[in-house]
Amino acid sequence: MLEFLATLGRSAIGTLQRLGQGSLLLWHMLGGLGDLARRPRLLLVQVFSVGVLSVLIVAVSGIFVGMVLGLQGYNTLSQFGAAQSLGVVVAASLVRELGPVVTALLFAGRAGSALTAEIGLMKATEQLSGLEMMAVDPVKRILTPRFLAGFVSMPLLAALFSALGVIGGYFVGVGLLGVDDGAFWSQMQAKIDLHDDIVNGVIKSLVFGFVCTWIALFQGYAALPTSEGVSRATTRTVVHSSLAVLGLDFILTALMFGA
Amino acid sequence: MQSNRVVEILVGAFVAAGLVALFFLSMQVSNLATSAGGEGYEVEARFDNIGSLKVRSPVTMAGVRIGRVSAIGFDTSTYEAVVTLRIESRYDTIPDDTFAKIFTAGLLGEQYVGLDPGGSDTYLKPGDRISLTQSALVLEEIIGQFLFSKAEEGVKGD
Repeated sequence: MLEFLATLGRSAIGTLQRLGQGSLLLWHMLGGLGDLARRPRLLLVQVFSVGVLSVLIVAVSGIFVGMVLGLQGYNTLSQFGAAQSLGVVVAASLVRELGPVVTALLFAGRAGSALTAEIGLMKATEQLSGLEMMAVDPVKRILTPRFLAGFVSMPLLAALFSALGVIGGYFVGVGLLGVDDGAFWSQMQAKIDLHDDIVNGVIKSLVFGFVCTWIALFQGYAALPTSEGVSRATTRTVVHSSLAVLGLDFILTALMFGA
Repeated sequence: MQSNRVVEILVGAFVAAGLVALFFLSMQVSNLATSAGGEGYEVEARFDNIGSLKVRSPVTMAGVRIGRVSAIGFDTSTYEAVVTLRIESRYDTIPDDTFAKIFTAGLLGEQYVGLDPGGSDTYLKPGDRISLTQSALVLEEIIGQFLFSKAEEGVKGD
């Protein structure tokens, strides 16, 4: 019994410690934003590796998710003679939920894992210590640009995902299944609200970008400097990011659309 | 240097594509294109029952949307629903004896306010009240009335 309590306490202390370390790292990274403003090129290169290289997977997934939504939505809606509402169904589910969430999951798998592996390997090969020896703050020099790049890239990727998804749904619904072109767009425009749906979707993706990048960088920075440690950290990044995204999505949805 | 240039161009294209996507979502997908923004004038209409009318429901005249419901309140002294209609400012020649009804789009569709123009020479001004109104048809009430009248018929028929 005591042993059980001790195990529980140990894991609680460990979790709290990691949370604290993560928050300190976040604080440290945010402190580097001023330096980053003087060297925007660092950010540019990271936006390339975090954002641009994720465009392909996000774009392809967006189109296919939109097409599947078009097909499935049409099958259900046509039973009620409401196939005209297909545009609303596709756009609402993409902009509110699927866009931010699926993009964040893809982002965690594609960019988050790469960030963790990169930072973890830098640590394992003592490049971070090397920077420190040269009186360069590795957190501000290496981590801050990556953090900001993830934060900036995510909303853009999510918007791409949603927009291409709507076009994919349009292609299947109007092009293949014969839903009326005008009704598809006009019903969508009548029901999708700029603030309620689109701005909230962007807010969601900003939060997800923040959390995913933070988790990825922290896992890399806190990884054991061995090959096994880096591989574990990479796995943890994907698992923790995905869980955080899904959990936060519920909370954000409840806050935004629940009332 | 050349690869730096390529990176710059690709990042620029990425940011541009993301912004275009956001622009597409706000202009083509959302109601920004169709909503009149904040301009327009407000008139008030009181109903006994507004059914499931919501804020932002359309206000139409002859089937054309000329505004939206901007607020719904409740008058605690007369027990009426107070519906504020925001009408686009270009439609400023609506007679002041206009009749406001709450309709349902289709059998299960959303509810909206339909305006029938009257014959008056004076027009509605901002802040005016539309006095001629007809409440929403609540399906349960209609069914209840129908059953009631059927039952009465049955009594007479005996």
